[in-house]
Amino acid sequence: MDLNDTPEQAEYREKVRSWLEAHKGEAPPRSGSSEDKAYIDSRRAWQRKLAEAGLAGVTWPNEYGGQGLGPIEQVTVNQEISRTQVPGILDVIGIGMLGPAIIAHGSEEQKSRYLGAMLHGDEVWCQLFSEPAAGSDLAAVQTRARRNDDGTWTLNGQKVWTTNAQFASFGLLLARTDPDVPKHKGLTMFIVPMDADGVTVRGLRQISGEAEFNEVFFDDVKVDEDAVVGGAGNGWGTALTVLMFERLTIGFGSENFGSPAQLTATVAGDPAARADSDVRQRLGEALTELLAVRFNGYRALTMLQRGQIPGPEAGLAKVTMVNAAVAATDLGADIVGPDALGPDTEWSYLISFLPGLKSAGGTEQILRNTVGERVLGLPPEPRLDKGVPFSELRAKEKEALAS
Amino acid sequence: MNFALSDEQEFLREAARGTLSRHKTIEAAHAALEDASALPDLWATAVEAGWTGLLIDEEHGGAGLGVFDAMLVAEECGRVLAPVPLLGVVPATAILGAAGDESLQAAAAGEIRPVYVPARPPSERERGWTVEPRAGMSRAEAPDATVEGGDVVLDGTFSFVPDAPGADLFVAVGESEQGDPVAAAVAADTEGVSVEPVVRYDPTHPLGHVSFSNARGRRLDADPPALTDAWYVAQSLIAAESIGAVQTCLDMSVEYAKERFTFGRAIGSYQAIKHELVEVLRRLENARGLEYYAGWARGSKPEEFPLAASAARSTAGRALDFAARSMINVHGGIGATWEHDAPLFFRRAELSRRLLGGTHDATDRAAEEAMLAPAA
Repeated sequence: MDLNDTPEQAEYREKVRSWLEAHKGEAPPRSGSSEDKAYIDSRRAWQRKLAEAGLAGVTWPNEYGGQGLGPIEQVTVNQEISRTQVPGILDVIGIGMLGPAIIAHGSEEQKSRYLGAMLHGDEVWCQLFSEPAAGSDLAAVQTRARRNDDGTWTLNGQKVWTTNAQFASFGLLLARTDPDVPKHKGLTMFIVPMDADGVTVRGLRQISGEAEFNEVFFDDVKVDEDAVVGGAGNGWGTALTVLMFERLTIGFGSENFGSPAQLTATVAGDPAARADSDVRQRLGEALTELLAVRFNGYRALTMLQRGQIPGPEAGLAKVTMVNAAVAATDLGADIVGPDALGPDTEWSYLISFLPGLKSAGGTEQILRNTVGERVLGLPPEPRLDKGVPFSELRAKEKEALAS
Repeated sequence: MNFALSDEQEFLREAARGTLSRHKTIEAAHAALEDASALPDLWATAVEAGWTGLLIDEEHGGAGLGVFDAMLVAEECGRVLAPVPLLGVVPATAILGAAGDESLQAAAAGEIRPVYVPARPPSERERGWTVEPRAGMSRAEAPDATVEGGDVVLDGTFSFVPDAPGADLFVAVGESEQGDPVAAAVAADTEGVSVEPVVRYDPTHPLGHVSFSNARGRRLDADPPALTDAWYVAQSLIAAESIGAVQTCLDMSVEYAKERFTFGRAIGSYQAIKHELVEVLRRLENARGLEYYAGWARGSKPEEFPLAASAARSTAGRALDFAARSMINVHGGIGATWEHDAPLFFRRAELSRRLLGGTHDATDRAAEEAMLAPAA
């Protein structure tokens, strides 16, 4: 076992580090309001610089402007960016999840039209998957796409939890194109310009009062025939690719969530807390869980490097991370007292943010179902939707509610 | 970056599994519930497999491997509750090795069985070296160690010493008048040494109260960091054997959940059961990640070893508590009877959490180590 860089990796790290050191003065602050256009523009400009230096799209193939490198190099870049205290790329969702799906399923025209502008921050992307009635059960999306006689499509429906929709140029949207087949089959993936007529973006305030996410409404939005990614009726396969990349994007570096260093310093700096057995047990339990996330991340990375794809068990790291972060935050705030809940503290930010994170990227219960079935091989819960056309399913739901 | 077992380590683990499978250790554990003396002695097996000299360098006839390798063997022992005295022998050979002691060759060859008599290093809440108390929450002061030339005279009692029965040589850590830790190698048949064998709930983990009444031993020239290290080696090993036990609890529970039907379907299809078993897996995976951390830190980042070993022990201990109870829950009533293996693992969990400082002490130590080095 070895956590050190090989000579080649060390050389790469040195190259990344020296570029970041030389250019960190040009970087915007690490955080700012997503509603502040000037701040977002500064983040776009910074992403462009990172891309030109080869520090964005590290794992993308060379032919699409990437570096064609492996997960280790991506992690190296993430670590060095974090070490230099500069912000990373703005469009994590585009470059980390949607771009790779377009590379896997998109047409050559789509790749040459969209990927370069995505990489350089000229066009930011958002993910239009979840809906008010389709989250854990994503294949139940109701946003409807109807094909017109001229080959174009008309979209109607609503999406939710859409990060970056306020300033995104495009969205990757999962819609139902055929309600008369079972639900996973009648889906199609579309590229939608966010400035198209009929697209409305509305901020969704979270517990904190901030609006990091959005609701997006589609009223008779027209898109061209070539907006389809991966062919009509094949939307579910493309969605699964996005979700796989989502697991990779969430998985690495998340052990710093819950601010273990800040918590440790808070306990260490309060003599009464430091001498309190209960506080020490809570601290020890939260920290060991977060440490486990870090070292299991190294195990997963080793697998990736050997060409194995991390399975659904990576979802367990998310469960651990969120719950340990909740425990860590509660402990830190207990020590500080009511001032921890003041408007601008890291504690209050986390306290507000974590309840929603518990459901992000799949609720804890859905993740436990998936891991139980795919990793432990336990039999699935009986399902009432298998093989049933989506339209019939909806009719049955309505009937059940009415009775 | 490479955070996985090497081919040699995979082989070591497979070989250990193969070796242990030739002994009916689970049956023996059942039998030992009625008669603890029926427990087989796997010493000869351990010697033949080379486990007695895992940490001893090749020059002295050992395998020259690391603590992580010993943890892999301990994990296999935990899987089948095999009574191999690794908790006693491995930390003992770590100290003997650090001291370059004359007994290394004989220990590697299995001619003598050295057993670690543990003392816990000081913490910010407990300034001196301490040992397990006979009862209660207060730690006991480490026995007095008086250095007389090349000898050490030990006076005091160590309670609940793992693997003490059967030891030929005790590698004990006492405290000098100045408060420094002093290690001594004391032959078990020395005048003033007495061992009271103890079985507490899990006969597969033989214990002993070891008393030294001005007993004279050989002074071991190992510096305080090596004696601190031995404590964390023991913590790492108990973590590893717990991880092995959790794996068995999970495997058996999953198998049963697939074949036991209620209300027309396998109980593993119910979320109540499925989510509980996934929780066992989650805890197991976390403990395993920290087991790797401890093994890696011992070899490559010794300043983090106390944190890593404590974190591994804490997480593995809590995982075993959860897994052993979960196995009983999933199996229903039968899981709470001697008809089933579940009680054997439950007994292991109940004893493990109270040995060598206890799981809660490891959790406390992990918190302290993190506070001392917040950047870690």
